[in-house]
Amino acid sequence: MELHFDQELAQLKEKLLFMSSLTEQSVAQSLKALIQRDDALAKKVDADDDVLDRLQVEVDERCIRLLALRQPLARDLRLITMAMKISTDLERIGDQAANIARRAAELNKEPELKPLVDIPRMAEICQGMIRDVLDAFVYEKPDLARQIIKRDEDVDRLNKQLQRELTSFMIEDPATITRALLLMRIARNLERIGDHATNIAEEIVYLYEALDIRHQH
Amino acid sequence: MDNTIGKPIVEISGLNFWYGPKQALFGINLAIQPNRTTAFIGPSGCGKSTLLRCLNRMNDLNDEQRIEGTITMHGMNIRHPDVDVIELRKRVGMVFQKSNPFPKSIFDNVAYGLRIQGSKKNHLEDRVESSLRRAALWEEVKDRLQESALSLSGGQQQRLCIARTIAVEPDVVLMDEPCSALDPTATAKIEELIQDLKRYYTIIIVTHNMQQATRCSDFTGFFYLGRLVEFDSTNRIFTNPANKQTEDYITGRFG
Repeated sequence: MELHFDQELAQLKEKLLFMSSLTEQSVAQSLKALIQRDDALAKKVDADDDVLDRLQVEVDERCIRLLALRQPLARDLRLITMAMKISTDLERIGDQAANIARRAAELNKEPELKPLVDIPRMAEICQGMIRDVLDAFVYEKPDLARQIIKRDEDVDRLNKQLQRELTSFMIEDPATITRALLLMRIARNLERIGDHATNIAEEIVYLYEALDIRHQH
Repeated sequence: MDNTIGKPIVEISGLNFWYGPKQALFGINLAIQPNRTTAFIGPSGCGKSTLLRCLNRMNDLNDEQRIEGTITMHGMNIRHPDVDVIELRKRVGMVFQKSNPFPKSIFDNVAYGLRIQGSKKNHLEDRVESSLRRAALWEEVKDRLQESALSLSGGQQQRLCIARTIAVEPDVVLMDEPCSALDPTATAKIEELIQDLKRYYTIIIVTHNMQQATRCSDFTGFFYLGRLVEFDSTNRIFTNPANKQTEDYITGRFG
């Protein structure tokens, strides 16, 4: 027997999935806008951020309604409370993607500083994290979520490496400062995306195992 | 709330119970913590009320009953043939689903048990007042103590029954669905009261209302088909139960 409540929970999950696929797309497109120097795509990512903002509000409204009207317990309670947190993290990832897109548009006004190597690598790891975190959520795989958390270290390491490298660019040639700073901030945006994906992974472990693993790795 | 496990006040072990040929409880083992509220939940016919009634030997009233296993209170076996059942029921009071005040005055209802015990008049008045205060009813009835208890509202009658139960200073108060006939306001008052009363007494409550168990108990036991499926802190049972049957029941997906 399927309960009406189960249908409502399924709809909530669908909303979150739609939100996360849109987030994943925004991150991918913001990087494409940067690498291919595509202004139009950068504008699109910026505009899509409004959609993500609206979705976040919708998810939260749904969750609050379910909390008030259904008084969920146990697994249901964990799903609804974590859905609110996951939607917040997804929305933040969307914000970071929009930031990357805006910075890409600024960079497009100047000649290329250098061929990008580390930023695309960071972006690739981040996109993989978002994709897998989605799988961990849909297929109820907390172990996959745990594995995602480990990958954040690679993102952090690449970010540090990039900050050093770009600093030396700026020291050697002050003419590169504007562009190097923009790239530094893009790397920083990606590093934040990794953090939010990590948060979601932790939320998924709590959702499926009722274990709070935050601040323990 | 500190839910560390200390020395229990009531210990039940290997309890089996039959109504005639039908076995209603199977191998129940359970320790009740003093000055805490323990909730028994589970679908109708799961044995939770039967177990509650074992604790003050209310089931003795049923000729067809048969019981095995031990129940101790403060380490003393309450099933021993030498136990004075009247004395036991004084120490283990009970509040029922439907309020059942005697057709007497408010004062006499609360004084009833005390008079049987032979309390003196001054003492009697003090105890009636303190019991009504503890039952959060004093302010509403202090000017009409001689009126019939039946003139009170349903919620007030139930609080009167609680006052009557606690007047004789029991150690344990058993409550069998105490709010099922009350409106939400009266229910909220009883639930508040339960939280206050556990300072003085150990409370065991049977409830069909899951939210009631979450709001007012420290420990929860889930019963199904005469077995205790899971027993843990209320917080644990309602956020992350260990057993799938428990989870299915509390999330409304049973069967």
